[in-house]
Amino acid sequence: MTTAHAESLPGTNYLNATHGVKSWLLTLDHKRIGLMYLATVLSFFLVGGVFALLLRMQLFHGTAKPLIDANTYNQFFTYHGAIMVFLVIIPAIPAALGNFILPMMLGAKDVAFPKLNLTSYYLYLIGAAVATSALFLRGADTGWTFYTPYSIRTNTTVILVLFGAFIAGFSSILTGLNFIVTIHKLRAPGLSWSRLPLFVWATYATSIIQVLATPVLAITLMLLCMERLLHIGIFDPKLGGDPVLFQHFFWFYSHPAVYIMILPPMGIISEVLPVFSRKPVFGYKAIAYSSFGIALIAFIVWGHHMFVSGQSELSNFVFSLLTMFVAVPTGVKTFSWVATMYKGSIRFNAPMLYAFGFLELFTMGGLTGVFLATLATDVHLTGTYFVVAHFHYVMVGGSLMGLLAGMHYWFPKMFGKMYNERSALIGWLFIIIGFNVTFFPQFILGAQGMPRRYWDYLPEFTFLNRVSTVGSWFIGFGFFYTAYYLIKALRSGPKAPNNPWDAMTLEWVSTSPPPTENFLETPTVKTWPYDYKPGMAPGITMADNPA
Amino acid sequence: MFLNEAYAGSLPIAATDIAVQWDSLYNFLIWLSVFFFVLVVGAMIWFAIQYRARPGIKTKYITGNHLLEGVWIAIPTVLLLIIFGWGYTVYHKMKQPPSDAYEIRVVGKQWLWTFQYDNGRTSVGEVYVPMNKPVKLIMNSEDVLHGFFIPNFRVKQDVVPGMYSSIWFEATVPGKHQVFCTEYCGTSHSGMLAKLIVLNDEQWKQWSNGKKLGPIPEAGKELTATEIQNANVASLQPVSGGLAMQGKHIFETKGCVACHTNDGTTKIGPSLKGVYGSRVELTDGSFVKADDDYIRESIEKPQAKVVKGFSPLMPTFQGLVSGTEMNALIAYIRSIK
Repeated sequence: MTTAHAESLPGTNYLNATHGVKSWLLTLDHKRIGLMYLATVLSFFLVGGVFALLLRMQLFHGTAKPLIDANTYNQFFTYHGAIMVFLVIIPAIPAALGNFILPMMLGAKDVAFPKLNLTSYYLYLIGAAVATSALFLRGADTGWTFYTPYSIRTNTTVILVLFGAFIAGFSSILTGLNFIVTIHKLRAPGLSWSRLPLFVWATYATSIIQVLATPVLAITLMLLCMERLLHIGIFDPKLGGDPVLFQHFFWFYSHPAVYIMILPPMGIISEVLPVFSRKPVFGYKAIAYSSFGIALIAFIVWGHHMFVSGQSELSNFVFSLLTMFVAVPTGVKTFSWVATMYKGSIRFNAPMLYAFGFLELFTMGGLTGVFLATLATDVHLTGTYFVVAHFHYVMVGGSLMGLLAGMHYWFPKMFGKMYNERSALIGWLFIIIGFNVTFFPQFILGAQGMPRRYWDYLPEFTFLNRVSTVGSWFIGFGFFYTAYYLIKALRSGPKAPNNPWDAMTLEWVSTSPPPTENFLETPTVKTWPYDYKPGMAPGITMADNPA
Repeated sequence: MFLNEAYAGSLPIAATDIAVQWDSLYNFLIWLSVFFFVLVVGAMIWFAIQYRARPGIKTKYITGNHLLEGVWIAIPTVLLLIIFGWGYTVYHKMKQPPSDAYEIRVVGKQWLWTFQYDNGRTSVGEVYVPMNKPVKLIMNSEDVLHGFFIPNFRVKQDVVPGMYSSIWFEATVPGKHQVFCTEYCGTSHSGMLAKLIVLNDEQWKQWSNGKKLGPIPEAGKELTATEIQNANVASLQPVSGGLAMQGKHIFETKGCVACHTNDGTTKIGPSLKGVYGSRVELTDGSFVKADDDYIRESIEKPQAKVVKGFSPLMPTFQGLVSGTEMNALIAYIRSIK
């Protein structure tokens, strides 16, 4: 199962062990694959983000002399949504950070199937290329949800986006499979299940969803392709099909997919809070089990996206009731994270700042989720900007805050360099303030009745739309500034110590950056990963230190 | 309370009894959310300040507390069940139209709403309903998904091709209520608007008997000068601007503006600026002079002569525009130079 890594020479690491483009493109090293994912994901994040800024510019400008016409606007929100969901948030943490960190946290030399891992990356890349090729043809204008029968009728190249997402789906399935086997088979001696870091638990729960739910999306997207090409009549009412059936199929994947997006950042937050509070995580078992609770419930609540779609009252009753139970394990995690800080010794490094950001934004996103789970309130709020605000608070507030926390937390390990904390604080302030200015007004717009996916809106919505757009400039600046100081740190940051945060998980046992085989000697785990004793000496890890 | 005032403005007026009940539930959820938000984020900020790293301060070794964990499982569970029950109760009322509800048939198509009444009348872009009487809209789509949303009533329902869906309400506030399409339906989704006009007993009688109505204000608001002017237009009384002005009003209320502009910019259909009297090139390469007959035909049978560079998307308005309205429309189009 392990690859035949050559013994590292002294002074070499995974970055400088081999050279040349080919040594990257054909690498089987999980760390290099992780970095390639990260670079690709961040590139798509830039593209998706630019589309978002353009959408907001149009909404600021108004339609009297539009910057972009209605058809272009509809295409842009489709690209923004599809790129951000399928090419950024879903792969960002599991495939990019997970690939790098998960095997190291387990004390393993690599994932269980390194060649499959590289295959996954290329499937993702091919899927992304096929999907984005639509941009250069007739585009796509269905929204990221591809609702039928509009997606059957539109003369845009939606089929390329569908097929691209279909291919990228296999990357997700294979990565999930790879991680499950890795977690079962490649744990270091002494790393029992009850000693697994919470990021590993969260990734495990995510992998199960990826393996079980993604095939349903693949089948659904294939059926839609066939409907467009062969007119098989499964979704098209003109051929006797049922357009609402598509929504059932779509959300049967896409609701669990929401948890593919949110469980991994929850795992990162569970790592960051104890490290920067110098305290054991509060309620380890509850946090670990609640990941599985969420994963399980994720599969039986898809109908809450369809309360006004024509679904029966009984179905709505059941789906609303089940959805309420998502809030219980989510609440358990949130309360446990805050309790972890109690009587700690808190340091305000960038990963911790992003954990604070996560708690603020995710709490808002979670609480507004209750409005949408409740039948009556959902009827008015669904399909409006309230929903747009809600899922941005959860997806951006949750997933992206988690990603940024993780990127700062593991930056020293990945590149052997330190970033500048003061710059990070400035970037964080812009992103957090900008985010709230952008999306909080959208809750009010939605409650007032402004529907989503509107190129044009009534005059009374102008003020809040403009406030929201101004906020988007702050977020945009924050991200560009973050990219700037991280790239600067890569080039000229001070050298990172092996364990700059005095953390206890195994990746910090190794050097920064690690050697190709991660650990020169397989570590043996002696303790629980959150065993922060009061007044504990820094630099102590949960294992014998062989590095 | 100030806060109460501040967020009360975040909701549209509540124009049915169910909307009033909806607002109570929404307000409850708002305050509950504020409580939990302050609890979580407040504790986070408090701990961050109180327990910031300082030399000489020792942390406490705590790995959990079963009692506390039990409490924060039990309390949210109970609250969520209460919220679920309350939400279902209000929702159930939304789904139970009285058997004597007045029925109106609604057809959604890209990108306008058409309404059919039991007396055979049809209206486009505007639906007239009686006040304080239950009304049920039975809806169907001719093409793709649409959504019928009346914010003032807090109700919404998807309109699905190949399936009838319905929505009901009993309006308590007279006047015009905004209707939005809330299921993305293509190019002019955001232009697929309508007005739901709630009439008092007298107005309802007038309207049912085919008589013209006086000016009607936006729900919860006073009549504006423009509305009084437009009402004169609609009732075909002499107004400044004459027949063309009447045509402009019809142009704006029948959904034409979703696709056509009067300033030369292209939306979905061609702009009507300078069209009258010009030579128009059609998709088959031939030319036609835009005279009265061409304009009438293009409104009643839009597929007959499609302008080059445009798709045959426009629905027919045959039977939806009366002879006098047609004359006013032609006068208006002639006036756009």
